[in-house]
Amino acid sequence: MFKADDLAVFPVDLWIQQGVSWLALNLRPFFLAIKWPIESLLGLNDWIFHAVHFPIFVVAFFLIAWRLSTLGIAVFSAVSLIVIAMLGVWNEAMTTLSLISTAIVFCAVVGIPIGIWCARSDRVWNVVRPILDIMQTTPSFVYLVPVVMLFGVGTVPGEVAVVTAAAPPLIRFTNLGIRMVEREIVEAGLAFGADRRQLLFEIQLPLAIPTILGGLNQTVLTAMVLSVVVAMIGAEGLGLVVLQGLGRLDVGRAAVGGIAIVLLAMVLDRVTQQMATPRKSGRPAERGSLMRTVVRVFRGGRPDETVQVVTRAKEAL
Amino acid sequence: MTERLEIKNLYKIFSDAPGPALEMLAKGSGKSEVFEKLGVVVGLNNVSLTVPQGAVYMIMGLSGSGKSTFARCVNRLNEPSAGQVLLDGRDIVPIGEAELREVRRTRISMVFQHFALLPNKRVIDNVEFGLKLRGVPAAERRRRAEEVLTVVGLARWGYHFPHELSGGMRQRVGLARALATDADILIMDEAFSALDPLIRTEMQDELLRLQRTLHKTILFITHDFQEALKLGTRIAIMSEGELVRDGTPQSIVLEPGSDYVAAFTREIDRSRLFDARLAMRPAEPVLKSAQGTLVGEAGGFGFMLDGNGKVLGVVDAGGLGRARAGGEIGALSADYVSVSPGAKLIEVARNYRDGRPIAVIDDDGRFIGTLGADDILARIASTAPQAVTGERHVQG
Repeated sequence: MFKADDLAVFPVDLWIQQGVSWLALNLRPFFLAIKWPIESLLGLNDWIFHAVHFPIFVVAFFLIAWRLSTLGIAVFSAVSLIVIAMLGVWNEAMTTLSLISTAIVFCAVVGIPIGIWCARSDRVWNVVRPILDIMQTTPSFVYLVPVVMLFGVGTVPGEVAVVTAAAPPLIRFTNLGIRMVEREIVEAGLAFGADRRQLLFEIQLPLAIPTILGGLNQTVLTAMVLSVVVAMIGAEGLGLVVLQGLGRLDVGRAAVGGIAIVLLAMVLDRVTQQMATPRKSGRPAERGSLMRTVVRVFRGGRPDETVQVVTRAKEAL
Repeated sequence: MTERLEIKNLYKIFSDAPGPALEMLAKGSGKSEVFEKLGVVVGLNNVSLTVPQGAVYMIMGLSGSGKSTFARCVNRLNEPSAGQVLLDGRDIVPIGEAELREVRRTRISMVFQHFALLPNKRVIDNVEFGLKLRGVPAAERRRRAEEVLTVVGLARWGYHFPHELSGGMRQRVGLARALATDADILIMDEAFSALDPLIRTEMQDELLRLQRTLHKTILFITHDFQEALKLGTRIAIMSEGELVRDGTPQSIVLEPGSDYVAAFTREIDRSRLFDARLAMRPAEPVLKSAQGTLVGEAGGFGFMLDGNGKVLGVVDAGGLGRARAGGEIGALSADYVSVSPGAKLIEVARNYRDGRPIAVIDDDGRFIGTLGADDILARIASTAPQAVTGERHVQG
């Protein structure tokens, strides 16, 4: 009987092994160059999240969540954080959070410009799209193979995996958001003599913000999933708690890790999703520009815009 | 009037390689033939148009007729495939991107069908938009924007957001944005088509009011023939990417020239379109007397005019008959109605009283003709051709 194993087997594994060894040897500076900024920022974030005392962190998170979304979600976030602390996995949760926050920064810095580039050139998009398709259909487990080969094991290689896996949604949504801006509004920009830069910053990007924030939500969730999976290549955090629990057949321990992961994921999802949906009463300008969105995070009160509007309107009347 | 904008032999082919299609069109093929043979869509087929300074030129046509394509070729939102767009005699088709931006920032502005306002910016910022792109300092453009908002009657709404405004108000913002740049040419692409009928009428009146003081050169795209008649000083009618008729509103209704155009004119209220000049009969002199010249026609009234053509008085049909026979005219009556040559027939009809003659008097007070009820009725009912100057027929 002719069996599958009777076929001549190509030594693909050997080829890849040799190829990767060659890459790792000869392109070492390149991989170090990729690793270095990720390692630095991850180190900083990790230090910050662990250095801030638990009650201060909860209060700060509550305020930020309130500013970015609603009071209800802020309360839910605070309660979730307290539950996570009571589960005894606070430090692990902070490590996971630093993995995710670092990934968000890199995805935004790399993903949004790539997304803009894709939106402006069909040629670029035709090249990038199949790559994104492959990246997004690859199961996260398989992701780890090239990462381990090229970057080794540990928390930092894990973070590299998180960043690469979480970037595609943001690229897609940025591209989509810009392409979806009403044709007539883009035409209006051109008709009044906007150059490419003005078109991007005055019209396309501000109007794409809600869609881009939707992409950010997807990126955060993907980063959440990956930050757990990368425990398998030695990254620390909540994933490691689950992995250790499973390894020792300690169901309780694994469940604790699982509950903490679910709570953290829900908190991050709620907060970022709320950012992406325009509020009914909210003035569009508050969510209008990149600057204002950032300003909203840092400024305690409502943007002074509103106050100004009211006074100017009164003057005008 | 000087020519502000002149469009010469403009073609637009929606294809990266328009060459073969242009050749076919030059040999006399039509839009459908080109599409059958080459599979490319012809947007504009040899359109030429001269827009004088201060004109409100209506580009009228059904959807797919190429009217919007035409408007977008004028400021090159669509790149013409061949032909010239002369702005004050200078062709803007071959100019580079930087120069084109300058033209768009300072010379040609545009109003859009769905307003195309930035929803994330306040009304005042929207109005400032063109000035901001041009790099005008913040204080100056704010001042200018407030000025323009006052002109369009939205002074109180500058610090609201577009979504807080009604459709008509939003289009006023769109208009203010276009006016703020001080461009002398305005392209209005179906600017009022998305508005409710009542608001649309209001906006049309507003545009007419503004145009009286601003004297912009306006290229107004519309599919509404009524609107074209109301606003236009001239109308160009397009079909299948070609210009099929070009003339003044009255001349087009009088003499459509083709069934396609006639279909638009059929339902038109002629009493609101035609003016007294078009319906009046120039009176022939009957006799000269010491008093002045008596003009009139058989069966009608006679008007006694002085040396300057001013009306001294009216004689009735009887008096006119006696005068022809060489008899005594009798006393002149002052019981007549005078209307200006530009008065629409509906207004003339409102002033009509049985037994009271109507004199058409021009701005200098000179008598130029007379009108009877039969003339008014004949003109409202008729579609009979009459020689009208200042028009052009294009083979359709």
